[in-house]
Amino acid sequence: MIPEIPVSTLEAASDLIAEAIDKAGPEKETLFLAKLALALSAYLNDVATVRIAIKAALADLGGSDRA
Amino acid sequence: MAVVGAGPTGLLTAIGLARHGIRSVVLTQDVQVSHGSRAAVLIRRSMEILHRCGVVGPFVAKGLPWSSGRSFYRGQEVYRMAMPHEEGQRYKPATNVQQQYIEEYLSEAAEREPLIDLRWGSRVISFEQDSEEARLGVDTPEGAYTLRTSYVVAADGGRSDLRRILGLRMEGRAYAGRFVIADIRTDLPLPTERLCYFDPDWNPGNNVLVHRMPDQLWRIDFRLPDDETPDQALEPELLKQRIDLTLRMVGYPIPWTLDWATVYSASALTLPRYLHGRLAFVGDAAHLLPIFGVRGANTGIQDSDNLAWKLAYVLRGLGGPGLLESYSAERVEAAREICEEAGKSTRFMTPPSRGYRLMRDAALSFTLSETFTKDLLHWRTARPHDYRGSALNSDLEADAAFPSGPGCGAPVPDMRLADGSHLLDHLGSAFHLLCFGDGHSAGLRHLAEAARRARVPLRLVLLRSEGAPEAANYDVQVRDTGGEIARRFGAVPGSAYLVRPDGHVCARWLRPDPSALERALAIACATEEPMA
Repeated sequence: MIPEIPVSTLEAASDLIAEAIDKAGPEKETLFLAKLALALSAYLNDVATVRIAIKAALADLGGSDRA
Repeated sequence: MAVVGAGPTGLLTAIGLARHGIRSVVLTQDVQVSHGSRAAVLIRRSMEILHRCGVVGPFVAKGLPWSSGRSFYRGQEVYRMAMPHEEGQRYKPATNVQQQYIEEYLSEAAEREPLIDLRWGSRVISFEQDSEEARLGVDTPEGAYTLRTSYVVAADGGRSDLRRILGLRMEGRAYAGRFVIADIRTDLPLPTERLCYFDPDWNPGNNVLVHRMPDQLWRIDFRLPDDETPDQALEPELLKQRIDLTLRMVGYPIPWTLDWATVYSASALTLPRYLHGRLAFVGDAAHLLPIFGVRGANTGIQDSDNLAWKLAYVLRGLGGPGLLESYSAERVEAAREICEEAGKSTRFMTPPSRGYRLMRDAALSFTLSETFTKDLLHWRTARPHDYRGSALNSDLEADAAFPSGPGCGAPVPDMRLADGSHLLDHLGSAFHLLCFGDGHSAGLRHLAEAARRARVPLRLVLLRSEGAPEAANYDVQVRDTGGEIARRFGAVPGSAYLVRPDGHVCARWLRPDPSALERALAIACATEEPMA
C-alpha cells in the first residue's frame, strides 16, 4: 500500500499538480506529467518504490484496466 | 582454411591466420572492393588490433582521430561527452575512416601476404562437413568447383549465405524506425567530433547525427517519419531538401554533392552459437548490431582477433577443441552484452513506442534547464569486451588478490614506455608473460624455466624496475621508469601476467608458484596435455 500521509500535505501537492496540469494545457499535459514523474524519481532515487507507485497508479484506470 | 567474405572481418581473420603461419583462401562474390561507406568509425581497440596485425599504417595516415561529442536540443548545446582517454594511450578513443578504405587497406595487405589466396568473383553455393573435412561449393564466372578445407570462417555479412544454407536463426530484436545514412562531400569548417541534434525544427521528434570523415566527406544520419518508405526517403529532391536543412541547422548552408546514401533500420540480433562443427561465424554474419555506438565493424574486428589465434592453435595441434568453443562462448556473450547496451542507446535514439518517446522527450526537455537527465544522452560507444567469465582464465584467486590492473579476461592497456615505445609494440602474436621487478625473484625464475619448455609460442617480457641491471633469460626487457607500469598493473616485484595472443589477460599472479604457468597455459589452450 502507498503510505497515508497528513491530508493537508497530500492536498497541497494535489492542488499544485492540478494547477500545473492546467498551466501546461491539454497539448502538453502528458509531457508535463512525464517530466514530473522523472523529476520525482530522481528525488526518490529508489527504483523499487517507483515500481510500486507505477503498479498502484496503473490499477483501476477504468475501461481497459491492464494492470 | 577458407574464409568466406572479404569485408573488414573476413580480411582481418585471414591476415590474423597468416600471422600465425596459417594459409587461407578468401572467397568473395564481389569483383572489387565496395563503394559507399557503411562502417565509418574505428574505436581504439580496433586500431590496437590493426596495429598488432601490422596493418595500421594507412589507417593512421587516413583516419581522423577524435574523442568527444556534443548533443543539441532546440538549438542549445545540452550535453558534451569526452570518451575515456588515458595519458600515454597511442590511439584516440575513435578514428573515422570509411569502410571502403578499411577494405582497401586490408585487401592490399591480404594481396601482399603469400599465405592468403584472395579469390574475387567466387560465390559459395553449398556447404557440407563431416569428421574429416568441410566442403564448399564455389561458383565462379569460369565455372563451379568444390573447395575442401579443414575449417571455414563465415564472414559473409549481414545477409550471410552460409547462415541461410545452415538454416540458422538469429535471436534478439529489430527496432522500428528507419534512418537515412548519407555521405556528402562538402567543406564544413567543423572539427572531428560527434554532433547529435535532437528534435530539430526540420525533423520534429527525430534526431540527426553528423560525423566528419576523411576526404571532405560528412556522414549525415537521420530518422525518417514513421510512414515514409525507403524509396520515398531516397528520392533525390526530398533527400536534397533534407540535407540542405541539415547544413542550415549546423550553421553552414553551403554547396555539397552526394557520395552515397542508403536507408537503415536498427537490429540487435545474434546467433546463439558461432561455432557449428567446422564452421565459425564472425562479424555481421554472426550478429547484427545497431549503429549507435559504432558497434558493427568494431565488434567484427574483435571477433576475428579472438578467432584467428584459436583456429591457428587448433590447426597446429597446440589447442584442444574447447579453444574453438571458447571463441563462440566469449563472443556470443560479448554480442549479447552489446545488444543489451546498444538497445539502451537505440531506445533513446529511436524510441520504439509512445511511452519510450514520451519519457525520452521528458528527459530532453529537462536538459535545457536541469542537469540530472543529461547522462541519459550518453551514447555508450563500443568498448573492448572483458572475457571475465572465460573458460580460458585460470587461478581466479590469484587474480582477485591484485589490488588493481587488468583482471583475467580484460585487454592489456597500451601504455607509453620510458623509451618512447608503447607496451603493445612488444606484444606480438604469441602468448606473453609480462614479468615485473628485477627479473630475479625465485617465482619468476621458475616461470622462466617453464616458459623455456612451453610447446606454444611464448615470449617473456620483463618490465624491469628502475635501477635494476639487465637480466638474463628474457626475450624483451623494458625499463619501467618510476614504476608506472607496475602501478597500472597493480604489480609488485616478482608478479607476472599471462597474456593471450589476442592481448587479453588469462592469468596473473602477485607471487607465482612454480607450476602456475604450466597449469595456466594448458587451460588457456583448452588442452589436457601440459603446455610447458
